[in-house]
Amino acid sequence: MGKTLAEKVWDDHVVAKGSDGAPDLLYIDLHLVHEVTSPQAFDGLRMAGRPVRRPDLTIATEDHNTPTLNITQQIADPVSRTQIETLRKNCAEFGIRLHPLGDKDQGIVHVVGPQLGLTMPGITVVCGDSHTSTHGAFGAMAFGIGTSEVEHVLATQTLPLKPFKTMAITVEGELRDGVTAKDVILAVIAKIGTGGGQGYVLEYRGSTIRSLSMEGRMTICNMSIEAGARAGMVAPDQTTYDYLEGRPHAPKGVDWDAAVAYWNTLATDDDAVFDAEVFLDAGELEPFVTWGTNPGQGVLLSDSIPDPASFADPNEEASARRALEYMDLAAGTRMKDIRVDAVFMGSCTNSRIEDLRAFASVIKGKKKADGVRVMVVPGSARVRLEAEAEGIDKIVEEFGAEWRFAGCSMCLGMNPDQLAPGERCASTSNRNFEGRQGKGGRTHLVSPLVAAATAVRGTLSGPWDLDSSADLVAEGA
Amino acid sequence: MEKLTVVEGVAVPLERANVDTDQIIPAEFLKRVTKTGFDDALFFAWRQDPDFVLNDPAFQNPAVLIAGPDFGTGSSREHAVWALRDYGFRAVVSPRFGDIFRGNSGKQGLLTAQVEEADVEAMWALIRAEPGVSASVDLIEKTVTVGTLTVDFEIDDYTRWRLLEGLDDIGLTLRDEPRITEFETSRETWRPRTLPAQ
Repeated sequence: MGKTLAEKVWDDHVVAKGSDGAPDLLYIDLHLVHEVTSPQAFDGLRMAGRPVRRPDLTIATEDHNTPTLNITQQIADPVSRTQIETLRKNCAEFGIRLHPLGDKDQGIVHVVGPQLGLTMPGITVVCGDSHTSTHGAFGAMAFGIGTSEVEHVLATQTLPLKPFKTMAITVEGELRDGVTAKDVILAVIAKIGTGGGQGYVLEYRGSTIRSLSMEGRMTICNMSIEAGARAGMVAPDQTTYDYLEGRPHAPKGVDWDAAVAYWNTLATDDDAVFDAEVFLDAGELEPFVTWGTNPGQGVLLSDSIPDPASFADPNEEASARRALEYMDLAAGTRMKDIRVDAVFMGSCTNSRIEDLRAFASVIKGKKKADGVRVMVVPGSARVRLEAEAEGIDKIVEEFGAEWRFAGCSMCLGMNPDQLAPGERCASTSNRNFEGRQGKGGRTHLVSPLVAAATAVRGTLSGPWDLDSSADLVAEGA
Repeated sequence: MEKLTVVEGVAVPLERANVDTDQIIPAEFLKRVTKTGFDDALFFAWRQDPDFVLNDPAFQNPAVLIAGPDFGTGSSREHAVWALRDYGFRAVVSPRFGDIFRGNSGKQGLLTAQVEEADVEAMWALIRAEPGVSASVDLIEKTVTVGTLTVDFEIDDYTRWRLLEGLDDIGLTLRDEPRITEFETSRETWRPRTLPAQ
């Protein structure tokens, strides 16, 4: 029997096969580090007198905690400052390359890895961050780990792990205009639920996935964890190679040829069997938005908030009731009637250059809605520079939005970028959990196109809502 | 890590599904660089509500949390485990756990017992009838007992063995160090290197 992509990458990294229910010992090719989940791991090494086994397979950046304004000044919050300083001290002590705030390669860890060409097909990638699944877009086995595991990888460059089960998510057909990778993954999560992927690695397949850019694939793999799966993957193809070739750390010359020859063997074999399969018709998709407090609580933008009583599962019903109370929304409300106070364009889900271009294409030449605060946060310092070279910063500023420096920012509000209690935000990020973007804040997850149109109108909107002559097919009327 | 066999103590019913790690500990508390002292941060937002279960005098000094399905989803923050542990919890019972949370728990000596959803409902009903009742989670027998109800729970054999023996993962792995070194000699040169070539 053939093997799946996930099984091939896994098998090529087994240092020691587990027996009698013991996990396999898996080699880790690339370890990404940031300031929030690493300090206690470095402390652990110090206490045990252990070095970092492979500093040359480890790289750190500052992202969760960093300000997106006045980045040359000292960080105001002393606790944040201590955490950043701790990372700098740890990286210096253990010989780890660090891209600090202000560096041209600083940014969100999941934007920086691919941008440097460190993320590539057929490797294993870990980071103390659940959105490490992003890197699976290249055909890597990439997953988030806890701080104990961060320490384990620093010390041994391996992890004891049991193989994941495999789930195929097949998406076929052409996406309609205005429907994006973000809508695909939100629809997947709504379909299988926030726990549906637990224990699985998801492989996204089908013509829709193949036609997506690397940025789109990263958006999809990024949110695998929101379906409960630790990892999501896409088989590498020419799109992957075109994105990777020539990047600073991509293989060169004979190494490149050898790598591509190997990468071409990674796709799931025709006779491989998945443990579970899910199908989605892309032609039926419309922009998707969330109404609740977990990423599975979403509907089409053209739809209304469901009645909690319509959920068969009593726990889902209770969750929906709690969510509507927290969100201050009533069942039956049309999504498009929901007014927002803020729009956040950023996060490891949607802050790459293509995302910023999509956002800019909608707002260009327009003014933001009165009373709506709009924040645009590039995923990395390089993305920011690239956007500025294309004039996107000017479009954003003329629109009346804030053009910020790179970081995780209002996705989780560890820095000063937060919602005030009760504020409602259309956000291109990945989690609409209670208080995620600031205590009492209310989040609707949306694509960059919907975020942009919402920023123009002040209510949840799609780009075609901005022009009455536009084709309304995507509204599904 | 200390050896763990049986957890016994006050059982707290957390009658909610989809309790993500952002709820267990909000991001504002992740700025700390220590591994202890997170008890004040546990369920921080929900504890502001006087009716929240942890504010009920019947549930003081608890040891076992009995939660709805999909407990510990979302962010990888191990701080969620540290906060539960610092508050005094030694076991969490749920029909389904977030994968990363469950892995983190196993590393930190927090027992995660997976039971049927109907069993959780039955335990909640028993606790409602007798708030403050003790629960016992027996890792040797793989059972959870609340009052008169005893049910089996699932945990993978390897995690169970490590918890029972109190074994440290890194120490275990380093026994295999020669195999790691051998594996490294066969790695292809195209694989990524973060440091510039010498």
